[in-house]
Amino acid sequence: MVNTYLYLLVMAAVTFAVRALPLTLLRRQIKNRFVQSFLFYVPYVTLAVMTFPAILHATGSQLSGLLALGVGVVTAWLGADLFKVSVSCCAVVLIAELFLL
Amino acid sequence: MKQENRIALSTGIRDGIPIALGYLAVSFSLGIAARNAGLTPFQGLLASLLCNASAGEYAGFTMIAAKATCLELALITLIANARYFLMSCAMSQRTAPNLKLRHRLGLAFGLTDELFGIALARPGFLNPFYTYGAFMVASPAWGLGTALGALAGSLMPARLVSACSVALYGMFLAVIIPPARKNKVIAGLIAVCFACSYAASCLPMLARVSEGTRTILLTVLLSAGAALLFPRREEGSA
Repeated sequence: MVNTYLYLLVMAAVTFAVRALPLTLLRRQIKNRFVQSFLFYVPYVTLAVMTFPAILHATGSQLSGLLALGVGVVTAWLGADLFKVSVSCCAVVLIAELFLL
Repeated sequence: MKQENRIALSTGIRDGIPIALGYLAVSFSLGIAARNAGLTPFQGLLASLLCNASAGEYAGFTMIAAKATCLELALITLIANARYFLMSCAMSQRTAPNLKLRHRLGLAFGLTDELFGIALARPGFLNPFYTYGAFMVASPAWGLGTALGALAGSLMPARLVSACSVALYGMFLAVIIPPARKNKVIAGLIAVCFACSYAASCLPMLARVSEGTRTILLTVLLSAGAALLFPRREEGSA
């Protein structure tokens, strides 16, 4: 059993290192095309993988989670900012679960 | 403090206010995730003030819930925060060459998606005081929301908890969907990710490994695949 504070320390240290290393060390552009492309795609893949199917299990019913996903994709596609997308997702779950649960 | 730095600081504070409001809502749902992982409100606050990361913290919490090893936790934190590595690379190209190390570290500590976005939207070399100003209002909101989520998550009706839990996913979608609209490869890739992630959660062999480990495996495989099939032509542009 690992101490929770040790866990938090690991998270903080790794998070800071990821952000700080390029800013402090990198003074030139990355040239390798594969590495460049890999780094470019990583954020989209990670966030997509973490969103689905996890969103289905975050709510009281899978259907409301699916609705939240749909509303989130559509509002973000239409150009709503972070706050509006998040609130729309919450609102649709709240409304849907009035009927579903 | 120099006059131009003071102006940059106050502009940053002003621009940080709408971001702080968004953070308050989203981090509330992160706090619920923290509570589910067994963290106290204080530990949630600490995690958010130290990390300032949505996906990274969320991924970390799922690992803590699974009682993972520190190595696994470090690995998932690395993967979930990989985009900050990219943003840090991009920022390094916009800092004055003689910018002091402490300001480089300061910029790095406050490097979130939104603060990166507003900082790079300004012309010329980055003034770190602009980011400090925005960070001064955004980061406390992020920490406070996390603590409140961990605290109130147990007091609120289940219906509200259920609704608030999706705010975090809403934020993820707000990050990945707008670029997908402009880039068909990203749009297709996201669809493939959803399908593979769903399949991996159902396959008997993969379903047993933790959610965090599945995220690492899928991220490395799918990003490498995309990089091989659709190498980027020029750097920087989305």
